[in-house]
Amino acid sequence: MAVKVVMGQRLLKANAAVAQENRARFAAAGTLVVNLISSPGAGKTTLLEQTLVRLGGRFRIGVIEGDIYTTRDAERIAGKGTAVVQVNTAGICHLDASMVARACEELGAAYDILFIENVGNLVCPAEFDLGEDVKVALLSVAEGGDKPAKYPLVFRSAGAVVITKADLLPFTDFDLAGVTGEIRALNPEVKVFILSARTGEGVEEWCRWVEEMFLRKRAAGSGTGSE
Amino acid sequence: MHEVGLICSLMDQVTESAAQNGITRILSVKLVVGKLTLAQPDFLHFAFANLSPGTIFEGARLEIEERPLVLRCTACGTETRPEYLDYFCPACGERMEIISGDELFIEYYEGDNGEDGSGG
Repeated sequence: MAVKVVMGQRLLKANAAVAQENRARFAAAGTLVVNLISSPGAGKTTLLEQTLVRLGGRFRIGVIEGDIYTTRDAERIAGKGTAVVQVNTAGICHLDASMVARACEELGAAYDILFIENVGNLVCPAEFDLGEDVKVALLSVAEGGDKPAKYPLVFRSAGAVVITKADLLPFTDFDLAGVTGEIRALNPEVKVFILSARTGEGVEEWCRWVEEMFLRKRAAGSGTGSE
Repeated sequence: MHEVGLICSLMDQVTESAAQNGITRILSVKLVVGKLTLAQPDFLHFAFANLSPGTIFEGARLEIEERPLVLRCTACGTETRPEYLDYFCPACGERMEIISGDELFIEYYEGDNGEDGSGG
């Protein structure tokens, strides 16, 4: 006999459930989790390397590297003496919450800050909650300023936008004020950083923000007796 | 996009619900997809057709309702149905909010519970 079952259930419910488990685990450990999203080549790994140089001495930092293939990024990060796990998605264009859960099992010990470098892609990663505290969208000067308008979802869901490769600004027609305005139109509360990981310009300010986010999370969680 | 992953997710969720309801075969599934999600109906149909053989979805129909993007001005209330996300009100220049277009959910499914329905 044919029966009709009304669900009204969001797709990706399974991912949302695992993301919640991740979030609870990170809250218990007092770990700040930052999900870095950009197109390929925007400079996620290079920014991460420079961030580790500045914060690595003071905080226990873990890194999850998401790539379709190769362990090249993990090798770059491991060179900085940081705990890193590479996730190869073998064709899948984003990380999902269960991949992060498995990577965390491998990473083991608790960290102060966990950076997740998502697969280079401005479309799909925006839709998959990993259990992170904040999504950070990177946009390089070399890519052109039309990306926020073309890929609005990721820029809307980001807590911060980092404009990278600012040392290239004099050589391009990148309209910094126009792009920043467009980002703010999409997402009025978003924090915008303009930096060059190559020259180091602006990297301190970014690191300070990460540090503040971490301290805020610890302060919020200090009543739970997780320490 | 990740249409194959979305269909895998759909099949997992419906399979779980079907098991709870004693349903052994799915006849149809209705999915609601907002324009803003960028999930392409053609690819969703393709993924569904290719993933269903050998499962309880074999021979089932996937019905997709596309919802247009609808925006409303946060200041003057003007509503628009643009092709793309447009953040500023054409009437007064204030910010627009999304009323519809970001949906992505399974509305219902129909299945066969193996009973003959004659009450016996």
